[in-house]
Amino acid sequence: MAYDKFEVLTSTAYPLPIENVDTDQIIPARFLKATERVDFDINFFRDWRYNADGTPKADFPLNQEKYAGSKILVGGRNFGSGSSREHAAWSVYDFGLRCVISSAFADIFKNNCLNVGVLPVQVSAPFADKLFNAIEADPKTEIKVDLPNQTVTLVATGESESFDINLYKKDNMLNGFDDIDYLKNIEGEITEFAANRPF
Amino acid sequence: MATTLFDKVWDSHVVRHVQDGPDVFFIDRHFIHEVTSPVAFLGLESRGNSVLYPNRTFATADHNTPTMNQHLPVADALSANQLNALERNAKKHGISHWGLGDVNNGIVHVVGPENGITLPGATIVCGDSHTSTHGAFGAIAFGIGTSEVEMVLSTQCIMQSKPKAMRINVNGKLGLGVTPKDVALYIISKQTTSGATGYFVEYAGDVFEDMTMEGRMTVCNLSIEMGARGGMIAPDQKTYDYIAGRAQTPKGADWDKAMKYWETLSTDEGAEFDAEFNYDAADIEPMITYGTNPGMGMGVTKDIPTAESVEGGVDTYRKSLGYMDFHEGDTMIGKKIDFVFLGSCTNGRIEDFRGFCSIVKGRKKADHVTAWLVPGSHKVVDQIKAEGLDKIIEEAGFVLREPGCSACLAMNDDKIPAGKLSVSTSNRNFEGRQGPGSRTLLASPLVAAASAVEGVVTDPRTILNANA
Repeated sequence: MAYDKFEVLTSTAYPLPIENVDTDQIIPARFLKATERVDFDINFFRDWRYNADGTPKADFPLNQEKYAGSKILVGGRNFGSGSSREHAAWSVYDFGLRCVISSAFADIFKNNCLNVGVLPVQVSAPFADKLFNAIEADPKTEIKVDLPNQTVTLVATGESESFDINLYKKDNMLNGFDDIDYLKNIEGEITEFAANRPF
Repeated sequence: MATTLFDKVWDSHVVRHVQDGPDVFFIDRHFIHEVTSPVAFLGLESRGNSVLYPNRTFATADHNTPTMNQHLPVADALSANQLNALERNAKKHGISHWGLGDVNNGIVHVVGPENGITLPGATIVCGDSHTSTHGAFGAIAFGIGTSEVEMVLSTQCIMQSKPKAMRINVNGKLGLGVTPKDVALYIISKQTTSGATGYFVEYAGDVFEDMTMEGRMTVCNLSIEMGARGGMIAPDQKTYDYIAGRAQTPKGADWDKAMKYWETLSTDEGAEFDAEFNYDAADIEPMITYGTNPGMGMGVTKDIPTAESVEGGVDTYRKSLGYMDFHEGDTMIGKKIDFVFLGSCTNGRIEDFRGFCSIVKGRKKADHVTAWLVPGSHKVVDQIKAEGLDKIIEEAGFVLREPGCSACLAMNDDKIPAGKLSVSTSNRNFEGRQGPGSRTLLASPLVAAASAVEGVVTDPRTILNANA
C-alpha cells in the first residue's frame, strides 16, 4: 500500500502519557473483520475514545479540541505492545497521524509503522518527559520532526534530540517506497537461494 | 568462532545483507489465517504479482470461527466474509487451505506442528505475534504485519534487522502444580512486558530439557509477552520423536539429510549472548496475573504489590488496577470468578486438557461459573476422546467446544461480558481483550481448573495435595 513520502513534519501533538499501550487498545480485535483497509480511522483507540453508548469520552486527548488536527502522537514507554496486527499502524496513519514519538516501541508495531508510512521516533525518557510537559503547559506546542537530519525539536525552545533509523528505511520513508519494490528487483537471487534450501 | 543456535539459523537464511539496512531474510514456512491476510492478497493483486512459492504457505481458519455448530453457516456476516476470502484467496493462488470442518483445521500454531510443517532450523512467519510458538522446535519463528505477509507471498522474503540474542536459563526441578505456563508467566513477571524488546530469546537449562514439546510450545508462545520477537529451544530427541512420521515432515533420505542439519542446531560452548538471565525452578509457584499486561503476574498465593514497589509509572499501574477493580495489597486467592477459559495457542493442546482433567476429575464445576473449553484443533479433540477425557469433562459439568482462537481475543461470539472476571489460560490480559470491559486473570490450566470447581481463584496445589 503506497503512502505519502515523509521529509520534515512540524505539528502540534496528541499526548498519551500511558505506558505499555497495546495494539488491542489502538484497534480492538472486533474491528479486524474487514477484508479491505476501511474505517480504521473511526475505530482508532475505539474503547478509550468512546463510551459503550458511542458518545465520545471528553477527557481522552484524541477527542480534545485543543489538540485537534495534530499529526504527531507522543506516547508512553513501550508503545504498541502485543499483537502483530498491522491494522494498528493503519489506524494511526488513517486517523491522520504521520509520526509517533515514544521512549520505547514494541518491535512489531515499529516495523509495521515503517512499512505503512508512519515514522516511529524513539527519544530518551527525559526528552519524552520534556515533550509531555511542554504539551501540558501549552497544547499548541509545536514539534518538528526532521527525517533527513534525524532530529526532533521543540520549536519554541529549540531543544532537540537526534533519533536512529537505518539508512534503508529512511530512504524508503523519504521516497514513499516499500520493501516489495526492493525484493521484486532481486527475485533471481531469491529463487537461486530457495533452490538450495534443505526443505 | 562459537555461535548461538539463533545465529546459526538466522545466518543461514540471509539472502543478502542491505548495507546500512536490514537483511533480506528467507522464509521456509508461512502460515496465514483469515484476519491478517486479505489486505495482503489485495496488495499482491493490485501490483500484478503472483505467489512465488504456493507450497510454502499454509492457510487455516481460526481467529473468528465459531466454537459451536461449526457445521452450520457462520452467522456473523463479517466473519463469514473473511473466512470466504481466505478460502477464495488460497484456492486462487494454489495454497493449501484448512477451513472450518476440515480434519486438519485448528489454531494455526497448533496445527502447524501437528502436521509436521514446523521443523527445526526452519524460518517460520505468520501475521500473528504468537508465531513464536514454533520456536519450541528450534525454528526461528515470529509474527509479522500484513505488509510483510504480502512480501512473503510475492517474494518468500522479508526485510528484517537481526535482533539481539538473549539466553534465559532455568535450572532445577519444578514443584507440584507448576506448569510450563507458570514458568513463562514467572519469567515475564521478572522481565516485565517490555524487558526483552529487541531480543530473540533462547531458553536453556534443566526445566526446558525436561519439558514436553507441548510445554515448550507454551513457553515459546509467550515470548512476545515480554517484548521478545521470539523464543527458541534447541532441538533434541524429544523434538525428533514428536515430528517423526507427521504428514509433512521429510521422509527417508530427506529425513536423514535434514537430521544432519538439525544435529548442528545448538549453541556452542562459550558462545556469547547480548543478555543472559538465570532463574531457579524452585522459586516458581503456580502464577496468576492481576493487571492489564502479562508482566503483571505473581505467585497465586501472593498479594497484589503496591505501586511504589513495581517498576514503571505509578499512574499507569493505578490505571491498570482501577480497570481490574483491584487494590494494592489485595489477595487473589478467594476472589469470586465468573468465567473460565481453557484453550488458545498458548494452552489448547492435549497436555493442557490432561492437566485440567487431573483437577476436575470427580469434582463439579461451580454453578455460577461459565466455562469454555476450546481445544486447539480437531486432532486435539480426537485425542481428548481417545483418552476418555471427554467423559471426565462431561461428568464434571463442563462442555467441550469446537476448535478455534475463541475467547482469547473474542473475535467470535465467545466474549466475556463487561465487568466479568475470567480465569483464562490464554496469553493476554489487556483491557477488553476477551470482550469490551472484560477482566482477565491469566493462569495455567491447573489454576483454571481449580478455580472453575471452587468458583473462586484457587491454588491448584490444595486439590493436588488432597488427591495425593
